[in-house]
Amino acid sequence: MVAVQSRLDRLVRPTFGRHLLFALGAAVVLLLLSSQIGAYDDYNLTAVAIFAVAAAGLNLLTGLNGQLSLGHGALMAIGAYTASLLLKDHHQFPVIVVLLAAVLSTGVIGIGFGYAAARLRGPYLAGATLTLAVAIPQVATRYKSIFGGESGLTVAPSSPPDWLGADFPPERWLAWIAFAAAIVTMVLLANLLRGAPGRAFKAVRDNEAAAALAGINVARTQVLAFVVSAACAGLAGALLAYWTGVTAPAGFTLALSLQLITAIVIGGLGSLAGAVWGSLVLVFVPLLTSGMASRLSLPSSVADNLPLAIYGCILVIAMLVAPHGIQGALRRILAYGRARWGNTPGGGQKGVVDWDDPAPDT
Amino acid sequence: MGELSRPTLEVVDLKIRFGGILALDEVSLRIDPGEVVAIIGPNGAGKTTLFNAVCGFVRPDSGRINYRGEPLLGTAPHRLARLGIARTLQGLGLWPGLTVQENVVAGSRVRPGLLPSLLALPSSDRIEAELASKAHEILDRLGIAGHTRAYPGTLPYGVQKRVIIARALMAEPSLLLLDEPVSGLSAQDIDELAALIKQLRARMCVAVVEHHLDFVMAISDRVIVLNLGRVIASGTPKEIRDDPQVATAYLGEDVKSPEASSDA
Repeated sequence: MVAVQSRLDRLVRPTFGRHLLFALGAAVVLLLLSSQIGAYDDYNLTAVAIFAVAAAGLNLLTGLNGQLSLGHGALMAIGAYTASLLLKDHHQFPVIVVLLAAVLSTGVIGIGFGYAAARLRGPYLAGATLTLAVAIPQVATRYKSIFGGESGLTVAPSSPPDWLGADFPPERWLAWIAFAAAIVTMVLLANLLRGAPGRAFKAVRDNEAAAALAGINVARTQVLAFVVSAACAGLAGALLAYWTGVTAPAGFTLALSLQLITAIVIGGLGSLAGAVWGSLVLVFVPLLTSGMASRLSLPSSVADNLPLAIYGCILVIAMLVAPHGIQGALRRILAYGRARWGNTPGGGQKGVVDWDDPAPDT
Repeated sequence: MGELSRPTLEVVDLKIRFGGILALDEVSLRIDPGEVVAIIGPNGAGKTTLFNAVCGFVRPDSGRINYRGEPLLGTAPHRLARLGIARTLQGLGLWPGLTVQENVVAGSRVRPGLLPSLLALPSSDRIEAELASKAHEILDRLGIAGHTRAYPGTLPYGVQKRVIIARALMAEPSLLLLDEPVSGLSAQDIDELAALIKQLRARMCVAVVEHHLDFVMAISDRVIVLNLGRVIASGTPKEIRDDPQVATAYLGEDVKSPEASSDA
């Protein structure tokens, strides 16, 4: 038993190897899945991947570093406009260049906001990021000649490469791009959270004075969290530009920021897996509820609003049943199973799972 | 002056005012290499303020603080660890979201860089492994190695207090500042901590702010008494025990000890 354990340990000990293995597994599953389902489902899964990238970044900032941001929708807008400006007038840049440009521009802007945010706490930080959410779409409206005003900028789609065949569905191609981006993001974030930066993020969140005394530069850590988080939002924004085909201010309202917060709270604060669960909820629950409502043949005044009402009810019930999010509930079930049937050797007393009990490498 | 005779910490005429209150009034003291110094005094005497000034949390109005002969004032708190100063906070100061092991590892001065961590390079794995084994060693020495994977909130108070000390030791400090390390501990825990501090003195100086006088008397080479922001006495534990001024500061001016009243 011990020998098997140690051999297993050696196999997955290199962090990079373990995360890469996980990434490859996810890639294979997603590739197979996307080839089995239709274009419409590919289209929806793409949205999940996009939201997962943004929510993972927000979860790092809010769940792990304790900085609440209401402005991540605006950061997504910066990424989306970066991509759209590059692709304006039928310019053809490779997807990877567009995505990296969005990451870079949002990251740089994130440095500025990060410095401001590092000086603010709690409600003041929420207020400051709220102004970001309100102001950025206004900039796009104001400078019409650059950003296209209310009607926005159209984005040239990325067509599948020739070797995939002439009739390869573009939805699936975009889904692959989004999956790849999400997997790379998750691996890099998992690496960060697993090591010293992850410890520093949480230490600063939990007790700033103690963090400083341990030699952690509190302000720098907060700026770093903001920049990484912003870069994720920028990447998600650029993917969103490809997904919608048009980048307009109406797509980046405060509601988008709030959706991202909903995703991480429902999914589980402070864990990357939580960001994925939350994004699945964000995309599929509204689809489900509108499907339910349309089947009931109700008058349109009810049928139009019912999905939203059901969605709200589901969120409320989810928070009552799983106050620590889906990931928290899963972890609790797992811990229960382990305590009930399992193999907890002495001394391995696992604490009560609470919201800031993060999964270091999921 | 030779390397050995240079004080590790030297505080000269330190004055700190909070609004109308003079928290520290011309406080001067020194801690020499290899010394264990206790700073005692009633609540509000300025003990923690003194630590806060050393750590850069509070800006003094005047005075100097030198660490190994170099001025320390104006140094950001997070730079102290690199200089070799570690401090524990009053009460607890653990990070509840990190396991015991992570709490201790995060106390290390050595840590993998950002890029090696982001890419999970072998170098960062190697450093992490070294840190983990060092943390385990320290936890083992403190008798709490069985709790490495637990979260602090699930552990008894006495264990948590040891984790805090383990985190400070992880930085291999040359000056260890302990703020009320034994408050809330059992008699046995206190004895064990006293024994540990006696071992540590070979490698570092220790300054302790503490109310528990038996503990203070057991561990210190010198005791400094603060009252209302002033140093009112300084000397060996025995000298301090016999100092009538100290008893007055602790017991209040109206209460006279039996000897004092019989003398009068």
